[in-house]
Amino acid sequence: MPPKVDLQKCDGCKGEKEPLCVAICPGDLLMLNEETVKAACRSTRDCWDCMSCIKVCPQGALETKLPYQLGYHPARLIPLMGGKRVSWTCVSQDGKVERFNYKNRN
Amino acid sequence: MGKNYPTTPQEVQEMQIETDILIIGAGNAGCYAAIEAKRQDPSLRVTLMEKAHIDRSGCLAGGMDAINTYIKKGETVDSLVKWSREQAGGLQRDDLYKTMAELLNQSIEEWEEWGLPVKKGENGEYLARGRWDIAIHGSEMKVILAEKVREYGCEILNRVVATNFIMDGDRVVGAMGFNIREGKFYVIKAKATIVATGGAGGIYKPYTNDGTDSHHQIWYSPFNVGTGYAMGIRAGAEMTTFEMRWCAVRTKDFNGPIDTISVGYNAAMINARGEKILAERYAHLGGDKAPRYIRANAPMEEWLAGRGPCYVDTTHMTPDQIKDLKTDYLNERPSFVLFLASRNQDISRDPIEIYGSDPYIVGGHTASGYWIDVKRGTTVPGLFACGDVAGGTPNKFVGGCAAEGMLSARGAIDYIKSGMVSRINVDESLVEKEKNRVFQPFVRQLNVGDGITPLEMEERLQRLMDEYAGGVHQFYRMNRERLEYALKNIAILKEQAKFLVATDLHELMRCNEVIDMIDVAEVLCHHLLYREETRWPGWQTRMDFPEKNDDKFNCFVNSRKNLETGNIEMFTRPMEKLVD
Ligand SMILES: Cc1cc2nc3c(=O)[nH]c(=O)nc-3n(C[C@H](O)[C@H](O)[C@H](O)COP(=O)(O)OP(=O)(O)OC[C@H]3O[C@@H](n4cnc5c(N)ncnc54)[C@H](O)[C@@H]3O)c2cc1C
Ligand code: SF4
Ligand code: SF4
Repeated sequence: MPPKVDLQKCDGCKGEKEPLCVAICPGDLLMLNEETVKAACRSTRDCWDCMSCIKVCPQGALETKLPYQLGYHPARLIPLMGGKRVSWTCVSQDGKVERFNYKNRN
Repeated sequence: MGKNYPTTPQEVQEMQIETDILIIGAGNAGCYAAIEAKRQDPSLRVTLMEKAHIDRSGCLAGGMDAINTYIKKGETVDSLVKWSREQAGGLQRDDLYKTMAELLNQSIEEWEEWGLPVKKGENGEYLARGRWDIAIHGSEMKVILAEKVREYGCEILNRVVATNFIMDGDRVVGAMGFNIREGKFYVIKAKATIVATGGAGGIYKPYTNDGTDSHHQIWYSPFNVGTGYAMGIRAGAEMTTFEMRWCAVRTKDFNGPIDTISVGYNAAMINARGEKILAERYAHLGGDKAPRYIRANAPMEEWLAGRGPCYVDTTHMTPDQIKDLKTDYLNERPSFVLFLASRNQDISRDPIEIYGSDPYIVGGHTASGYWIDVKRGTTVPGLFACGDVAGGTPNKFVGGCAAEGMLSARGAIDYIKSGMVSRINVDESLVEKEKNRVFQPFVRQLNVGDGITPLEMEERLQRLMDEYAGGVHQFYRMNRERLEYALKNIAILKEQAKFLVATDLHELMRCNEVIDMIDVAEVLCHHLLYREETRWPGWQTRMDFPEKNDDKFNCFVNSRKNLETGNIEMFTRPMEKLVD
């Protein structure tokens, strides 16, 4: 499942030793494109959809996209990580918005 | 792109590390082992070797929505031991299960104390979701655990992929591997070694693998490929019960969790005619309480009988329950909520479709893995095992893997204190040999250029296993002739591994992974061949031996690679009941 990079929002995590999404992916799938200095997924087919990269990105530059073969366009699911809470916004294919907000740490 | 890593073994920089306890795999079990080792003796050096990043590695990366085994009021260790054995078709190491179950609740309560939100009922007790399950908000549980490991002062080596153990005679004295950022080769010597690399995903072709972006649309972590099993096989360790594969009922096309959820929300599995499958067709096997292999296989049998598609009937659920259910998904497999949204599916009207998963080898769910003793020592001195990689103890799940991590740390400390490891002598030529083996795909890329990519070899293996060793496309069915065909081709694949090529360190890791997967597949086929009965329909369906045969097979099927001949030798061990 491909995490899609928003090239406008991604700043390549300039201040970090290693871009945060690159550091976190359990499958070592994200890398920094040296030419654009933006994140890129080296093998979208190998993504497990764990959303670790999405949650860690400080710029909100990553989004999980369903392969079209499995799900219709343009549904979206966006997590927003707070200190001890998370809020999710889910927009269905026909535009209905659903929100979830709960504690994810004590 | 500039090359910043070595491409020949001669260029490789070697990192030598010495430690007291080496833990391979900083997942659930590995982290608990590390914490427990430090708690028992803070002066010990504890090193974790992790192929990914400890904050989000292994099964817990995306989070969990439940703890599947917790001993609630009114239940006992013994009642859990008994339930688990029944779920496993009668085969389980009661001694291992009992010792694990005694520590089960401690691990969960500690996790809660460290920051994991556990849902509570009105009485203030953990919220039950089934007889043993409790509900959690576990999306961040791995991050929480990793913080604790750091707090206890353990040494963490992220992005170092273990490839083989270091041997001193017949003892394990550490492990070797390589770092996938700089390509350094690690030689880590340890007084005791704990393997905690999880189970094996990706041995079989998943049915969502249709040339799209969904190759890893699988239940188990696709980044746990069974390396810990493969390392043990290559070191001559005894393995048990690989033939008890884990196949699960999952949401169709998306591999989201559904079985425990359907139990938790009292949402029955139904077939295309709207019949309650378990209650109506499996009453003689326990109906809704039937063992998990029956539940996993039931919808597949309905498909075969022309009564598919099948569903979990969510249409009676209230809006609040549906919100809770979706929150569960967000805690464990968030993108399933996206999947429902992409189909505008209102599950109070359209039930969730279900289907079987591809098969996995996972000792936290079934009993596959290293044959161990109660101290979690393997048959190779100096090597301990815990979590999904350790066998004999089905139905461990999150809490059980953590508990077993603690037990393995205690076992390792006892071993160190017994004074059996005064000096470590390592034959340096073995280290050199391993380095050459690991970096071989680079050498071929440099000298020949042409070869086989890890992806090609992985897909060949997955197709082979799917069709000839009972994959999901074959409705989990197999017979002797097919398994022999699989083994014949596995032998060819092993021979062909020398043609693997890699163009960067990520691919080098993938090459080494596929080599490990092939070693696991070989042992698996031998196990499937040996058990000439059908004990767990679905998990293990032998069409040429469709009945259960208690006279011959109410025992463990074990294997060991003969390191002289290279042959996999099969034998049995008796089943001993401790709890009635
Ligand atoms: C999607 C999913 C949902 C689940 N849901 C539940 C649930 O709701 N409730 C429940 O109780 N249980 C659940 N389980 C089961 C439970 O999560 C696992 O049984 C348990 O967490 C496994 O722990 P482990 O330490 O053995 O493996 P992991 O936590 O996976 O750890 C293995 C570690 O080894 C590392 N590793 C692998 N190979 C190497 C190598 N060569 N070198 C270095 N490191 C390596 C991995 O990166 C990983 O960090 C679920 C499992 C999955 C996959
Ligand atoms: S974490 Fe976000 S901002 Fe940083 S490199 Fe990745 S996508 Fe770009
Ligand atoms: S979703 Fe998970 S597996 Fe996929 S790229 Fe992001 S971190 Fe990696």
